[in-house]
Amino acid sequence: MSEIIVESLSHVYSVGTPFQKTAIENISLRIPQGQFVGLLGHTGSGKSTFVQHLNALLAPTSGKVLVGGTDINRDKKARRDVKWQVGLVFQYPEYQLFEETVFADIAFGPKNMGLKKEEIEERVREAAGFVGVEEDLFQRSPLELSGGQKRRVAIAGVIAMRPGVLILDEPTAGLDPAGCRQIMDNIRQYRAGTGATVIIVSHNMDDAARLTERLIVFDHGHVAMDGSPEEIFSQPEKLISIGLAVPQSTALAMALREKGLDLDGAVFTHEQLIAAVRKLKEVGAC
Amino acid sequence: MLKDITLGQFFPGDTIVHRLDPRTKLLAVLLYIVALFQAKGWVGYGLVLLVTALCMAMSHISPKNIFKGMKPMLFIIVLTALLNIFYTAGTPILPGWIVTWEGIDRAVKMILRIVLLITGTFLLTYTTSPMALTDGMEVLLGPMKKIGVPVHEMTLMMSMALRFIPTLIEETDKIMSAQKARGADFESGNLIQRAKALLPILVPLFVSSFRRADELAVAMESRCYHGGSGRTRMKQLRMERRDWIALALSVLFLAAVIVLRRLGL
Repeated sequence: MSEIIVESLSHVYSVGTPFQKTAIENISLRIPQGQFVGLLGHTGSGKSTFVQHLNALLAPTSGKVLVGGTDINRDKKARRDVKWQVGLVFQYPEYQLFEETVFADIAFGPKNMGLKKEEIEERVREAAGFVGVEEDLFQRSPLELSGGQKRRVAIAGVIAMRPGVLILDEPTAGLDPAGCRQIMDNIRQYRAGTGATVIIVSHNMDDAARLTERLIVFDHGHVAMDGSPEEIFSQPEKLISIGLAVPQSTALAMALREKGLDLDGAVFTHEQLIAAVRKLKEVGAC
Repeated sequence: MLKDITLGQFFPGDTIVHRLDPRTKLLAVLLYIVALFQAKGWVGYGLVLLVTALCMAMSHISPKNIFKGMKPMLFIIVLTALLNIFYTAGTPILPGWIVTWEGIDRAVKMILRIVLLITGTFLLTYTTSPMALTDGMEVLLGPMKKIGVPVHEMTLMMSMALRFIPTLIEETDKIMSAQKARGADFESGNLIQRAKALLPILVPLFVSSFRRADELAVAMESRCYHGGSGRTRMKQLRMERRDWIALALSVLFLAAVIVLRRLGL
């Protein structure tokens, strides 16, 4: 079990210098095992700082983070062990590839866990399978691969640790639409295969709307909104006032409502928009 | 951790020292160093110390910042002082001791000389932006172009290197975090293990540095950059009255120190 409990977490950068800056303040929330969560917020809202607390890369200025019931900042060992439990994929993870072969790079995490050779091999194959990296790439240099392939190898490097919680910071940034779809499919597959909690930091509202079960919106270091996509996107005005975009379908629905069409309920996917318009047509309102 | 490096750091400000032309400051520091090595007696050292303190006060740089930057030099300073104390012949401070009055005298002067040397150069880099500094250097070294020294290219390389230090530090921080998230351990183990643990940082850092250099070259070429000859500047360096005054004072200062030396003070 890797339920995450965050208790009044705050983080201040450069305490006691002229550059002192509060990044997040008094955040408390609970993320149950297996949830698919989207973290939204514009640049500098504190979401990146927040996720780096979930695997003890950053230590809280005050507050606590519990993963599976243990305080992850209890001691040095806990801080290291939590890295296997909570896998964090940074933005542009392809820039962290360093080994001579794809296989060795994916094996870096499991090797650091001190696993046996056979176990490492099994995990590398499994992780590569989840992200669709074929085995004939294993002996190639990661630097020869295409951008999308590099990204998937880097994600496999984290997945190979079999984390119960997988956090991805902007996993589709800078990829073409096909690459984006593929990565999102890979992540969904990993979650379906392992029952892991997945937390995605994203700017892409359409992805966030379509895939996640829960959205947490950060604004100026605080949690501004927290709820299901239905709840969040039924208040598009609030999202816009925070400075975030809304999904294309929500934007279109808003525009239609303004023109006097009485669309039903929260709309944030194309399917819902089509259904809502159909319903209006049946009643004969347009 | 990595962000604490103060080497070559610039503290923006709006004092008279900040506003001086970089060429003036470079020449003044040169004169200052010559003066420092001309000082011999205590009066001479006193004068240099006084002038340094005056410049520090005028530039609003706190002594704390200067000493923070001096920490890496501490070892050399202490070693020099010890060698001078123990290896100078003269009258022992107590009968039978190796430590002599002359040794102490020399050690204190040596410490003073090194500290003042560092302080003087720090005052230059703390009050002058790296760009202004390399611009000034290029102009001052200009005559060497006549004998075929690629002055412009050299100063360009220098300003680019300075420009990319913060970028590389930030990048190193990011890569370190990413590798730590995969369980890399940089803090435990013996020296060899620790050196090995740096590999996952160094390789990506090199790769991205080459990529960055490549991108920079393309960006420069696509803007038709072609080196020094015939290139004009957006910010022209201009000597003001205060620059001439500062230079005159610097020359006067050097002359005073030399006179003091002649007088044996």
